[in-house]
Amino acid sequence: MSDWPLLSLVTFLPLAGALFVALTRGEEAQVARNARYVALWTSLITFVISLLIWAGFDPTTADFQFVEKRDWLPDWGIGYHMGVDGISMWFVLLSTLLTPICILASWEAVQKRVKEYMIAFLVLETLMVGMFCALDILVFYIFFEGVLIPMFLIIGVWGGARRVYAAFKFFLYTLLGSVLMLIAILAMYLQAGTTDIPSLMQAGFPAELQTWLWLAFFASFAVKVPMWPVHTWLPDAHVEAPTAGSVILAGVLLKMGGYGFLRFSIPMFPEATEFFTPLVYALSIVAVIYTSLVALVQEDMKKLIAYSSIAHMGFVTIGMFTMTTQGVEGSIFQMLSHGIVSGALFLCVGVVYDRMHTREIAAYGGLVERMPRYALVFMIFTMGSVGLPATSGFVGEFLILMGAFEKSTWLAALAATGLILGAAYMLYLYRRIIFGTLDKEALKKMLDLSPREIAVFAPLIILVFWMGIYPSTFLDMMSVSVDHLISNYKVALGNASVAVAAR
Amino acid sequence: MDAITTLPVMSPAAAEIFLAAAAMALLMFGVFKGGKAQEATSWLAVAVMVIAGGLVVTYGGDTTPAFFGMFSSGPFAQFAKLLILAGSILAIIMSRSTFRRDSFERFEYPVLIVLSTVGMLMMVSANDMIALYVGLETQSLALYVIASIRRDTLRSTEAGLKYFVLGALSSGMLLYGSSMVYGFAGTTEFDALARVFTGLAGTEPSVGLIVGLVFVICGLAFKVSAVPFHMWTPDVYEGAPTPVTALFAVAPKVAALALFLRVLLEPFGALVGEWQQIISLIAVLSMALGAVGALVQTNIKRLMAYSSIGHMGYALVGLAAANEAGVAGILVYLAIYLFMNVGTFACILAMRRQGRAVEGINDLAGLSKTHPGMAAMILIFMFSMAGIPPLAGFFGKWFVFMAAVESGLITLAVLGVLASVIGAFYYLRIVKIMYFDEAEEPLDSAVPGDLKIVMTVMAAVTLLFFIVPAPLVSSAKAAASALFAG
Repeated sequence: MSDWPLLSLVTFLPLAGALFVALTRGEEAQVARNARYVALWTSLITFVISLLIWAGFDPTTADFQFVEKRDWLPDWGIGYHMGVDGISMWFVLLSTLLTPICILASWEAVQKRVKEYMIAFLVLETLMVGMFCALDILVFYIFFEGVLIPMFLIIGVWGGARRVYAAFKFFLYTLLGSVLMLIAILAMYLQAGTTDIPSLMQAGFPAELQTWLWLAFFASFAVKVPMWPVHTWLPDAHVEAPTAGSVILAGVLLKMGGYGFLRFSIPMFPEATEFFTPLVYALSIVAVIYTSLVALVQEDMKKLIAYSSIAHMGFVTIGMFTMTTQGVEGSIFQMLSHGIVSGALFLCVGVVYDRMHTREIAAYGGLVERMPRYALVFMIFTMGSVGLPATSGFVGEFLILMGAFEKSTWLAALAATGLILGAAYMLYLYRRIIFGTLDKEALKKMLDLSPREIAVFAPLIILVFWMGIYPSTFLDMMSVSVDHLISNYKVALGNASVAVAAR
Repeated sequence: MDAITTLPVMSPAAAEIFLAAAAMALLMFGVFKGGKAQEATSWLAVAVMVIAGGLVVTYGGDTTPAFFGMFSSGPFAQFAKLLILAGSILAIIMSRSTFRRDSFERFEYPVLIVLSTVGMLMMVSANDMIALYVGLETQSLALYVIASIRRDTLRSTEAGLKYFVLGALSSGMLLYGSSMVYGFAGTTEFDALARVFTGLAGTEPSVGLIVGLVFVICGLAFKVSAVPFHMWTPDVYEGAPTPVTALFAVAPKVAALALFLRVLLEPFGALVGEWQQIISLIAVLSMALGAVGALVQTNIKRLMAYSSIGHMGYALVGLAAANEAGVAGILVYLAIYLFMNVGTFACILAMRRQGRAVEGINDLAGLSKTHPGMAAMILIFMFSMAGIPPLAGFFGKWFVFMAAVESGLITLAVLGVLASVIGAFYYLRIVKIMYFDEAEEPLDSAVPGDLKIVMTVMAAVTLLFFIVPAPLVSSAKAAASALFAG
């Protein structure tokens, strides 16, 4: 069992499924049906296999596990290298969990070009999982940027009215960030002579070079996270993407930026990280407060949740740059929690959008009377987003604030205002949609959640409570890796300050 | 005087000699067969070039200078020649169905392609300014005729004339530059020139020499259609019959770029300080103009012209780096460029509505519904040209930018990747038209079998290149290191 290439299997199984879907022929309805089932089963099997990673994971070591290494470009010393540690494993699981949910959620919502849709999602899954597993920076880049292709198509083909604008904006914005990272990767390769991520972490780049490399990586990851002021692609992309596309965007794609900071910027450029930490704090605080205020005045449900995502990701970047155990663990936990909660919130919007075909908040009201089950589900995720104790959101935000408090009282105080504003816009949204009087004719015929929709939400609800009530399941797995990250960071900085003192 | 009575070394030039003789034979064959000879001549031309490819593989690796130092081969020339032959063979294969459907039968067409290929192979192997010029003109004269092969249409003759006038001008500039170099260095032989310039190291080269070098660069920049000598490209691409454009876009570009590389790195290698900034500037301008110029095009052939200007800019980044990695990068880039471009032109050739060829970008609207397979292939080519991984085009960019960063041209690399973002916009626009827009009037569903095979193979290579990139990039690296060793 242990010598199976488990990570490659999880990465490339969806691709095999996509190939299978591509080869289906026949009548349109038949093809659509087959494509849905093949995609669902492929992604479910992938998820089950990815659970084996969790089962076989050894939480007592910070080393990369399930490592696979093969020659790829031997003349350049670039290899196909895969492996996970306590940080990346969770993101792999998050990706494999959300994909079947997305496919199930699009079961009826997507009626045109079903085959292509399913292919796009399965290819997307391969790229996402591969990106989190890659231990070679070129392999990482290929997966990281490859994600743009299926996502561009998902937004552009199956999106809303302004889908073309949103798809182009998404693609070009993120591409602009990533190409600068590409130059930095080349510079690192030529400096260190390797593209192997574990070796690059040991490389110890000169301080001046670090600054430039850090900025180039920041250009890419800040757009992905997204941090204020380069966040403007996100509301457009979220609003125009189909429901499942928004789920993947919020659930996994935004985490690629956060993961990138943890995997590259912080361990590889510690001195530059320390230098730029105040900048990250400042941008994050602006993101938390400003985008929360913007969320308060939104008329469109998806846009509101999109802005709330930016605010929550602001918390995440604060947490990881505190470089305290609580802060970093909290930010990883918050990313996982946000992946589930905001994904679920987009699904909640999708449920009513499928019935009414509008995302306008004003078009709804009093849904609790006709849809009690929906109201309950929506409430659970609203509470998760607000960060109510016993939901996953609380643990992440609490840990981040603890980490921030250790660094600076002001930082923690300003970040905490985000919690209050978060509660305000989420509860306000909930009140306008679920409560009030049911006076709109169209709403009176709305049906409550179907069994399929309940199946979509059930695993997410379980996870929100599991993560909120017993977070140790998740934190224990990552703690050794996080400690390793932090101690290496401190050692690197210690060496640097010794070098400065000796001069 | 003994040397003159003995026969020169000829075996490294076996492919060129064979091809030249075969072209004559094909011409005779066509004349005597008369009327319906195009089909047979096309296949014979393909066979001849395949055999020439075999000869290149067998004899081309020999680095002994042939013909008293006028001609030199080696792994680098071998690599470039195989690409050129592949480009010419594919161009002939792709032209058949189009000419047949337009009931245009001219057996001279494949023969002229063979002749121009002889010229291209000679360009790559030239080891003397005179040999270079002879090769270049053999190629160009055949291509001028090919551009205006549809002499009954105004656009084709106009394209041919434009190409001829501007091409003759650039040849004149090249010749002028060569004569200046000869006047100041006293020789036209590459090896001797290299020795002269190495001897000059550390001293300020004379103005006349620099003027000569600049003229040579201008002449060659014309041939690769680099900015600011690109003006002919969109007009010729648009005006020439599409099968001809498919030829122009690949083989002559590969040949001219390989020649450019050899001239600057071998005889003028010691003057790198003088030409590096010129090439950097040309590269940046080509990338930028290629990207910006393509934004407003409505004709897909013009768009491909700007795209090729941009691609030449990226390839020139590798030349500006002036190191081994740069040469390897250019070779990888050109090989991938061949796959993407041939595939794209196969798709363009397949664009017909009610039997008539169409070439507007908007004619592709809704293609993903009417021709899902072809749309998916164009999608692959477009993302690849935009340099998005994991498609092949990314690897070309990776290697040339690696070379640029290695030789410290960070600014050039950054400008290059920024231009690639602008360029991505117009490639995406094609994807958008195919996938996001609704079709007004669908294109004909019948796609000729040979085009289908060509586009499928090219798309498969472009898509799956990332799985085993090692054979191609390693042989490019070996070819590049041979150039630097010799």
